[in-house]
Amino acid sequence: MGVATYIKDEKDAIKEVILQSGIKVKPVYTPDDLERIGFDYKEDLGDTGEFPFTRSIHPQGFRSRNWTTRQYTGFGTPEETNERFKLMISHGQTGLNVAFDLPTQMGYDSDDEMSEGEVGRVGMAVDSLKDFEIAFKDIQLNRIGSGLTINAVASVMLAMYQSVAEGFGYNKTEISATPQNDILKEIVGRGAWIYPVEPAVRMIGDTIEYAMKELPRCNPVSVCGYHIRESGCTPAQEISYAFMIAFAYIDNVVARGYKAEDFVGRFSFNLNIFGNLWETVAKFRSARKLWAKLLRERYDVQNKKALFLRGIFGGGGSGMTKQQPENNIVRGAYYALAAALSGAQTTALCSFDEAYTIPTERAALLSLRTFQVLMDEIGLRDTVDPLAGSYFMETLTKEMEEKILEEMEKVEKMGGMMEAVASGYVQREVGRQAYEFERKLQSGEITKVGVNKYTEGVDMEVELHEYNDEWAQLQIDRLKELKRERDNRAVSESLKALERAAKEKKNVMPYLVTCCKSYATVGEMANVFRDVFGEYREPSIF
Amino acid sequence: MAERKIRVLLAKPGLDGHDRGAKVVAHAMREAGMEIIYTGLHQTVASIVNQAVQEDVDVIGLSIMSGAHIPICKKLMGMVKEQGVDNKLVVVGGVIPNKDIPVLKEIGVEGIFPGGSYFNDIVDFIQENVANR
Repeated sequence: MGVATYIKDEKDAIKEVILQSGIKVKPVYTPDDLERIGFDYKEDLGDTGEFPFTRSIHPQGFRSRNWTTRQYTGFGTPEETNERFKLMISHGQTGLNVAFDLPTQMGYDSDDEMSEGEVGRVGMAVDSLKDFEIAFKDIQLNRIGSGLTINAVASVMLAMYQSVAEGFGYNKTEISATPQNDILKEIVGRGAWIYPVEPAVRMIGDTIEYAMKELPRCNPVSVCGYHIRESGCTPAQEISYAFMIAFAYIDNVVARGYKAEDFVGRFSFNLNIFGNLWETVAKFRSARKLWAKLLRERYDVQNKKALFLRGIFGGGGSGMTKQQPENNIVRGAYYALAAALSGAQTTALCSFDEAYTIPTERAALLSLRTFQVLMDEIGLRDTVDPLAGSYFMETLTKEMEEKILEEMEKVEKMGGMMEAVASGYVQREVGRQAYEFERKLQSGEITKVGVNKYTEGVDMEVELHEYNDEWAQLQIDRLKELKRERDNRAVSESLKALERAAKEKKNVMPYLVTCCKSYATVGEMANVFRDVFGEYREPSIF
Repeated sequence: MAERKIRVLLAKPGLDGHDRGAKVVAHAMREAGMEIIYTGLHQTVASIVNQAVQEDVDVIGLSIMSGAHIPICKKLMGMVKEQGVDNKLVVVGGVIPNKDIPVLKEIGVEGIFPGGSYFNDIVDFIQENVANR
C-alpha cells in the first residue's frame, strides 16, 4: 500500500515519503516527536471507550464484539437477491448490504425508457413493495440489519422497508435499516442524484426526524466519505468533506427545533480503506477523535454514545486493478487488516472482480473468508488499538487531525458544504486530485503492482456475473400485472397526498409509507418529487 | 494559420454516475491540446448525437461503467448513421471486459479503452485517426 510519493536517490534508497494528505514521513520516530506535538495521553487518546475515543468507541473493542461484515449484495431479480441473501447469512454474514439497480437508484420504473438495458444490471430492481416482499422473504428482519445503498430516493426505500417488515408482522420499532441517504456525496462523487440540493437535503432531514420518532433502531443516514475518496480526494479531504456534509444534515434538523444530541447518535459513516496503511489507520483514529470533539463544540452534544463515530470502514474499489486481478485478493486482505487496526465496527471488502463488476458469488465469499481468517486465526481480536503509543502512529494521528481541520476550514469559508457543492468547488477539487493521481500512476511516480511495475505474468480473465435480458422482461411483466391488480384509486389518492405534503414542505415520510403500502411504484413516487422539486443541474467544472 | 483543434464530445450515457474516469480523461485530452465538450451525467443516446451534430465535433467519446456498453453503443452507432454523421470517430472507455472488444469493433466503435488505459494511448489514437479522416 505504497500509495504515496516517494523520492529516491540513485541507489533506490528512499529519501522522502509524502503521504497523499500532504504529510511527510520521517525515517525514524522517537519520544522527541511526541514531545514536539505535545502528546498528552488523556487529551489525545483517552482510555478505550472514553472521550475523545481515538482508540475505540468500545472499552473492549473486538474482544466484546467481533465486527459485522456486510458484503454488497443484490442482483437482477428480487428472487435471485433473496437467494444470495440467504446464502451469505448461512455462511456467517451478520448484516445485509443491499445493492439496487440504476433505474431504482434514479427513481425510474423498470418499464421506463430511461431504464432500458439497466434493469437488474448492477443490483436488484425494485418497482414496488411486491419486490421487497420477495427479496426479504424468510429473512428475520428483527435480527438482521440491512444497509440500503440508495440515496436520491432513500426516503422511498426506507418507507418501503418499514412497509415490508410490518407486512411480515414485525413491529417498526424492532427493525434496523441503514439507508445510505447521503445526497451531497452523490452530487460530488457518485452521480446518482435527481433533485436540487435544497429539497434533497430537506428530504434527508425528513428521514432523520421520522426515524427519531418512529424507527428507533434505524440509522437514517450513512455519510459517505468513501465515494468522495473513490472519486479522487485525499484521505484528509475524505474526512473533512464527510464531516461538513454531516453538519449540513444536522443543521437541517436542528433548524426544525430539535437538539443534535437527540439524533446525531444515529448517524453512521461509510469510510474508505485505500492507500497507505499508516495514513489509513491514523485517519480513522483522528476522525473518531475529531467527530466527538466537534460535536461537543458545535452542537453541545454531551451524551457519550451520541459522540461515537460509528460506521462501516470498507475496502476501496479504486485500489483494485483490472490487470492481474488475483492480486486484488491479496490487496483485499491488507485492506481488511487496515480496517481491523483502525477499529472498524462494520466492514466490507471490494471483491477481486470489483474492477469489472458487482461481485460474483465466489468473490464475495472469498472476501468474507478474508475477514474470518483475520479475526479467527491471526489474533486481531486480542487487544484494542494495538498501535497506540507508537511514536510514529501518534505523531501521524495528530498531523492528520490538523490536515482534516485545514480542509474543513476551506469549505467553512465558502459558507458550508451545501454552498461548496452547489458552486462546484468540491467537485473541481476532487477532479483535480483524481487527475493528479492518475498522472502520477501513469508516469510511475506512484507504484501499482501489476499495473506500472512488475507487469509480467498472465492477465487472467475473471468470471463475470452475466447480465440476463430476461430479468427486465420479468420485472416489466410483474409491473404490468401489479398495475392491473392493485387498488388504483388508493394509489392515486396516496400519491396526491404525497404531492400536497411535498408542496407544503411537510415531512414526507408518513405519506411515503402510505404510498408504498398501496403498492405505488418507485417511479410514481419519485415523479411526484420531480414535479414538485424539479431536477438538479450540474455546475460546469471545466 | 493555426491548425483547428480536435473537438471531442465526452459523454456519460445512461444512468451510471461514476464520472471520475471521464473527468480525468477530459483533463488529459485538454492538456494534449484538444477542445473538450463534456455533456455531464445521465444523457440519452439521442441527446448525445444531437450535441455531437450541434457542436460539430470530430470525436464522440463515451464513458460507460455500468456494463451496458454493448446496447448503448449499438444504439448510438445506429443513430449516428441515421443522422448522416457517421464520419465521426467513436471511442469508448470504462469497465469493458476483453471479450467484448471484438463485439464493439464490429458495431463500429473504433477505439476501445478499458479502465487502466494510458493517456498517451488515447491521445495518440485520436490524433492519428482524426488526421486520417
